[in-house]
Amino acid sequence: MDALIATFAGYAPIYPELLLAFGASELLLLGVFASRIKSETMVWIAIAIMGAAALLIFNQGLAVEQMFNGSFVVDPFARFLKLLVLLGSIVTLFMSRTTLKRHGLLTYEFAVLVLYATLGMMMMISAGDLISMYLGLEMQSLALYVIAALRRDSLRSSEAGLKYFVLGALSSGMLLYGSSLVYGYTGSTIFADIATYLQANPGQNIGLIFGLVFVLAGLAFKISAVPFHMWTPDVYEGAPTPITAFFAAAPKVAAMALLIRVTIDAFLPVVAQWQQILVFISIASMMWGAFAALGQTNIKRLMAYSSIGHMGFALVGLAAGSAEGTKSVLIYMAIYLVMTLGAFACIMTMRRGEVAVEEIDELSGLANTNLPMAFFLAMLLFSLAGIPPLAGFFAKFYVFRAAVESGLWPLVILGVIASVIGAVYYLRIIKVMFFDDAKESFDIMPADMKLVLGASGVFILLYVVYPSPLVSAAEAAAKSIFPG
Amino acid sequence: MIDGGILLSAVTFLPLVGAFFIFAMVQGDDEAAQRNARYVALYTTIATFALSLFLWWNFDPSTADFQFVEDYAWLGENIRYKMGVDGISVLFVVLTAFLMPICILASWESIGSRVKEYMIAFLVLETLMIGVFCALDLVLFYLFFEAGLIPMFLIIGVWGGKRRVYASFKFFLYTLLGSVFMLLAIMAMYWHAGTTDIPTLMQAKFPFAPIDVFGFEIPGGMQTLLWFAFFASFAVKMPMWPVHTWLPDAHVEAPTAGSVILAGVLLKMGGYGFLRFSLPMFPVASDLLAPLVFAMSVIAIIYTSLVALAQEDIKKLIAYSSVAHMGFVTMGIFTVTVQGIQGGIFQMLSHGIISSALFLCVGVIYDRIHTREIAAYGGLVERMPVYAVCFMVFTMANAGLPGTSGFVGEFLTLLAAFTVNTWVAAFATISVILAAAYSLYLYRRIIFGKLEKSALANIVDMNRREMSYILPLVALTILFGFYPAPLIEIHDVSVQKLITTYQQALAEAGRLTDLAGLTQ
Repeated sequence: MDALIATFAGYAPIYPELLLAFGASELLLLGVFASRIKSETMVWIAIAIMGAAALLIFNQGLAVEQMFNGSFVVDPFARFLKLLVLLGSIVTLFMSRTTLKRHGLLTYEFAVLVLYATLGMMMMISAGDLISMYLGLEMQSLALYVIAALRRDSLRSSEAGLKYFVLGALSSGMLLYGSSLVYGYTGSTIFADIATYLQANPGQNIGLIFGLVFVLAGLAFKISAVPFHMWTPDVYEGAPTPITAFFAAAPKVAAMALLIRVTIDAFLPVVAQWQQILVFISIASMMWGAFAALGQTNIKRLMAYSSIGHMGFALVGLAAGSAEGTKSVLIYMAIYLVMTLGAFACIMTMRRGEVAVEEIDELSGLANTNLPMAFFLAMLLFSLAGIPPLAGFFAKFYVFRAAVESGLWPLVILGVIASVIGAVYYLRIIKVMFFDDAKESFDIMPADMKLVLGASGVFILLYVVYPSPLVSAAEAAAKSIFPG
Repeated sequence: MIDGGILLSAVTFLPLVGAFFIFAMVQGDDEAAQRNARYVALYTTIATFALSLFLWWNFDPSTADFQFVEDYAWLGENIRYKMGVDGISVLFVVLTAFLMPICILASWESIGSRVKEYMIAFLVLETLMIGVFCALDLVLFYLFFEAGLIPMFLIIGVWGGKRRVYASFKFFLYTLLGSVFMLLAIMAMYWHAGTTDIPTLMQAKFPFAPIDVFGFEIPGGMQTLLWFAFFASFAVKMPMWPVHTWLPDAHVEAPTAGSVILAGVLLKMGGYGFLRFSLPMFPVASDLLAPLVFAMSVIAIIYTSLVALAQEDIKKLIAYSSVAHMGFVTMGIFTVTVQGIQGGIFQMLSHGIISSALFLCVGVIYDRIHTREIAAYGGLVERMPVYAVCFMVFTMANAGLPGTSGFVGEFLTLLAAFTVNTWVAAFATISVILAAAYSLYLYRRIIFGKLEKSALANIVDMNRREMSYILPLVALTILFGFYPAPLIEIHDVSVQKLITTYQQALAEAGRLTDLAGLTQ
């Protein structure tokens, strides 16, 4: 008996994942066999499961634990990001309930798929070797492909799902190819062993670098960084809005976490090699995100380009290749997550007579018809543009500061210019809301949207007053993966 | 450093409290709610002004140290919430707090829609503007400096004139583009000095050995680069030629009170920035690049004066004359002489009063006739004698007539420029004639002549509310023209110290010899 308990206790670090895995499977069974249970109840159960997982993670403390011979790592870095991912998943489930129900899309599969996707994300975050990286990534992606095509009878939604699947499969292929090269040249799939090998053999190895490039390309696809971003606008626009909100939030955080793991845990000794790549991807994403968004009229497409740009800004911190830089990326992703959720709460409220509208012009004169919503959305947009004293400014501040400390001047200068160009399209939305004549008002904002929007608005407004908790948490997280 | 309790934070954040009060307590948009919002805003700004006078009263002008210092941990240990004022900044705090009740009064009747939001925007803006002058941490300064864009963008865009969208975007983007480079410089300074504390950075002595950027040798090295980054921001804000073009648009489209704040306070942030950052922190670069500033200033003074002469829109004319007057400020500051800097500060304060008053005067007739075309007016003296007198005082002050506050600043800066560079002074003096020309020409076309336009037939003179904010400005303009001492004595010690440390830094850098050569 004691031996059994000891065995179980040994798995304590992966309790949250186990909880999610069992919970999701259980929920699936419930959905199939207990058809009396309403889908909405299933959503609440899913939320409860993720909440419980978050509590478990919260109670794990600051220890660094290696599971399964180092292929699954649970450290403060993983915990920080897992909490973010769970937050993103819980909030999107919470606020998409009503909207999906109106479309008749609220089936139990949605809750189950979100749980599986979240489980995949948590595995990505904790990945300690190339195999578990790929497993987590695929688990997340397969669930997301299905979710993207959830509205089966809609051509656009199916197209979005298919597009996402085909391009996603391509990127997975690249990732696998790169992984096999890396394994072939270093003789190990474990990140820590790869780092040790690189440390011991400092000479450049063209095959290995080749593999690294492929791995980075595959991951860049997942965070939708330029030039691997093409799927993003179409998927964002095609998928039903609650699902777009889900795509924009948690998976981005998880993919960024994985990118950090691979670059820092495995390839830190060859920082000079991947730094150039990241600098290029980062500049391209920031610039393309800013310029391409200028011409958009659909707010979901605009958010797609905005997220491309934001990934570029987050990569500025990662490109710095320092503990400070990693910390700044974590802060960036946390603030990005909150801003995105708030913005999508507004986009989901854009409905007239039960029909969702997605054109930016439909927001015209919102300040006259619904001032609180206009105010909070404007603050979110100013924050996305990076205007102080809102949280988005600090996000950019930290990443740029890290890049300055690493001497990446061209990146930083182009980055701030991109942020000014990006400000134009955020301002345009604010202009439409505040300066233009009022249109017919939207349907009444559901209480749960109000809650999400209010919470994210208050966070970005008041972050300036008390920034230290997030910063110190991110600092602890970044320290845990940085040697020394 | 003298600890001052929470007085500065109180002055800074009291308007924000008022804004929150309006936000939380005033409901609806009916007559009663509008009146409540107006009164809350008025009382808050008056209370803030009273507090700022208390600050002035307790300020000790015999020391150059920062006073009323507050210092708390904020973004970690090295970026702190640190506030404080010295002789250079304290009067800008008072100026800001003084202009705000006037703005609220000037908007009393002319703003009829979304009064609540309007008052909130102005109160938030006041907090941010006062914060700019009190911040003793670079990041905190940047925060206040940039955040002011949001309320000003909304004020121009929501309550502005016909081309308000264009003007608000132009204002926002120009200023933002200028400022992000300052942000980069702030980060570089943090990287170099490990702190963003302003008093510490003044002693930081940034390296000035020439460095090589893409094959170009940059004399003055890091200092020059940092100087340019700050310059980009302040030159836009000031605004200096050739990045001044946002100002006429913003002024023309903004509501009257918005123009007052723009001209009275926001433009002063540029000059304040030069005094607070460029001169003390990058002395070698400032010395190296002073000729550039002189050239830009002189071009601004002459060119914009000529442009002002050709304007058909009253607000545009005043806006261009503002650019010219700011040219005197930059010219004075970069002479780095006692007269030059004191003249520059005085010119900023007096311009804060005069140009605000001119915009208010435009607002008075705009509220009656709803046009800013000069040609739409004429002969107002027949029906508006009191207005004609007030307007004349400000016109004369704008032209720099002795006996008004406009004269003192111009005279001091020209005097300083003459000791440093005769040509600069000679060219700048030409504009004294031009200023008189466009001011008097404007005055003649609006006030004199025959009252022929039918729209003007029933125009009435200023009412009590309008007099309540215009007459104090008249009094101040004349008072400081004859007795400028109170405004000069208070920053005397601070300016002396600024110049002493500047020259020490130059001496250490081995550049004082040729500076001495220039002054003789």
